[in-house]
Amino acid sequence: MEMFYRTNNTASAVAIADIPVVEYEALYNDLKERMTDARYHVAHYFATEAEAGLKFYMILLDDKTGEVLITSFVPDYYAEGLASLTAVHQQFHPFEREIFELYAVPFDGHPWLKPLRFSFDRRDKESTMESYPFYAIEGEELHEVNVGPIHAGIIEPGAFRFICDGEQVLHLEIALGYQHRGVESEMVRNNNRLRQTLITESIAGDTAVGHATAYAELVEKLAGTDIGDDLKRERLVAIELERIAMHLADTGALATDIGFQLYQVACEALRTVVINTTQAWCGNRFGKSVIRPCGSNFPLTEEKIATIRKNIADVRRRYNEVREDILEAQTLLVRFEQCGLVSTQEMTTIGGVGQAARASGLKRDIRATHPSGFYAGAFNHTPVMRTDGDVMSRLATRMDEVLQSADYIESVLADYKPSEHIAAPDYNAPLKADALSFSLVEGWRGEICHVALTNAEGNIAKYKVKDPSVHNWLGLAIAVRTEGISDFPINNKSFNLSYCGHDL
Amino acid sequence: MLFGKLRILRSHGRQYIPNLDKVTLTEEFRGFPMLTITDDKSDLERAAAVCPTRAITTSPLTLDMGKCLFCGECQRIAPKNIRFTNEHRLAATRREDLIVMAGQTKPCFTKDAVRPEIAKYFGKTLQLREVSAGGDASVEMELNATGNVNFDFGRYGVGFTASPRHADGLVLTGPISENMAEALDICYNSIAEPKILVVCGSEAISGGLYADSPAVDRTFLDKYHVDLWLPGAPTHPLCFIDGITKLRK
Repeated sequence: MEMFYRTNNTASAVAIADIPVVEYEALYNDLKERMTDARYHVAHYFATEAEAGLKFYMILLDDKTGEVLITSFVPDYYAEGLASLTAVHQQFHPFEREIFELYAVPFDGHPWLKPLRFSFDRRDKESTMESYPFYAIEGEELHEVNVGPIHAGIIEPGAFRFICDGEQVLHLEIALGYQHRGVESEMVRNNNRLRQTLITESIAGDTAVGHATAYAELVEKLAGTDIGDDLKRERLVAIELERIAMHLADTGALATDIGFQLYQVACEALRTVVINTTQAWCGNRFGKSVIRPCGSNFPLTEEKIATIRKNIADVRRRYNEVREDILEAQTLLVRFEQCGLVSTQEMTTIGGVGQAARASGLKRDIRATHPSGFYAGAFNHTPVMRTDGDVMSRLATRMDEVLQSADYIESVLADYKPSEHIAAPDYNAPLKADALSFSLVEGWRGEICHVALTNAEGNIAKYKVKDPSVHNWLGLAIAVRTEGISDFPINNKSFNLSYCGHDL
Repeated sequence: MLFGKLRILRSHGRQYIPNLDKVTLTEEFRGFPMLTITDDKSDLERAAAVCPTRAITTSPLTLDMGKCLFCGECQRIAPKNIRFTNEHRLAATRREDLIVMAGQTKPCFTKDAVRPEIAKYFGKTLQLREVSAGGDASVEMELNATGNVNFDFGRYGVGFTASPRHADGLVLTGPISENMAEALDICYNSIAEPKILVVCGSEAISGGLYADSPAVDRTFLDKYHVDLWLPGAPTHPLCFIDGITKLRK
């Protein structure tokens, strides 16, 4: 029997009946071997309440072929327990922790089944943020530093527990969940798809375009809607604008943390230009409202195309001046180079994605491996890569990606005329019943994956969200090991992971 | 090396906005909504039905900016009834002032509701502690932007501070996730009197999309007096600057 249903990121939604229901033991044995090859990684893995107990779904990505592998199983876990996949492949850890937290599924051999986000619908209500079981080491020479949940700046909450030997970090554990708002349950509160769109825009406000695109593509696969090349092109512009804006913000933030004010203020001003360009397009500086399912409320006009091209060309030129100076700034390089190392092997083990993975020599980029939208056509995307895996590599990938994204925007808008083929959004298109739909989008942090299951009436009955941060938070914890604790801020900024995107 | 930095400075030019009170935002920006009553209410009823946060009532016609996420969809459905202007000065001192009535032409800032000690103590300098309790990071980034090289609110003595012990007030963002409720309360109570409480963003004001979510706990707002309500999704930096400035006058 075939273990997986094989599809790709442009095919329409899958009938649930077509997804194999396999024996867990067989799947476990398959994955134990399969996942040793870095071409595969897990994009999503979750459980849902079914007629008799739980049904599990797993989505794997094959970076080599561009295939998406989907499987499911219905275990009799009360009798047997499930052998932990985390024990053999660490990248499964957030998914197994979530399933454990929500349904008390005991994964045998899991190193430590801690709660993931203390969601309101967790099984064990005795387990609270206050009783989070931090790892501890005994020793007279060691001390612990607790930071958070409220941090020093205007930033989201999360608890960081360092175990230090003097100034040196031996271990960092990151406890999250403070931002949990119930995103996934609110997504299925009713069938108002405008409301669902707005919820996805609020999953992580700095990735509003990325998550809204994931929702829109997922719905379009269920509705069987082809939005046409023009709208795909405009969506590319929107998401690359978001990428530029956030990479500029992080270049500035990294400069701030080493007291390099020139780069800080230059990047602040440049980011303002980019987000004001987005605002001139759709009325919102974060691109909320620019992405809508099956159409758009803001097709580009001649004037807007000209504004975007002019502003992005200007930002590209000015940012490149900053970039060239950064590459020669010794006081910056001495802080960023060889600091916060994450090797390719470590990044692969934890299932790292996005810009941080690319900085560690792991080529994970949905635009290249599993393209959808305008990236899937004749468009040819070459991921920006670095191999050192230090803070500087993570900055350097951002810097090169700003230039690349600016070039992409110019290339797709240079000969573009306002389109007559862009429909208005459709919030009521009938959706395929009893289907699974997923979407994969390369947001500025990395791989966003949304999954929905529809019921017999064609309504979304289950909605699962994965922000790239879910994979990458462990990367930050690994990066700071053996570094001075004072280097934590630059490591943190070099990843800039989402709290709300993780906590949902 | 030096030449590179001079080049950056030359391209950077002058960035601060000289007069923050005279800025007009782009036409596309959705700020204060103007409401018009028509005999035919069918469009309006459809708009109210689709509103994700139920911010619109049809009889009487009102739109609650404390619930509104400014997505603009209602204007597309009922253009004769609802029109968002680019007015960004949306601050209110009373929660009920955020509910816009038909025929109202500008936002309502009730100066009488401002406690007189605010101008006395915080007229010259005001340092705030921000707490994100389920905020989606966009409001937080806009608050950061108020101090950046463009808006430079620091020139008027307003800034954000790390310790609540050094703060004159708290700025709340997010719908107040249950997991942050206790930390928020502790932080607020760590600020010495006299102090102010600012609620920033529609999600903080009403809970927004998460108003009915079992994962939020909004009892904090039942316990303490709010001095300033700032709508938006996210609140625009100039809305924050305008509101705080009016509060301190």
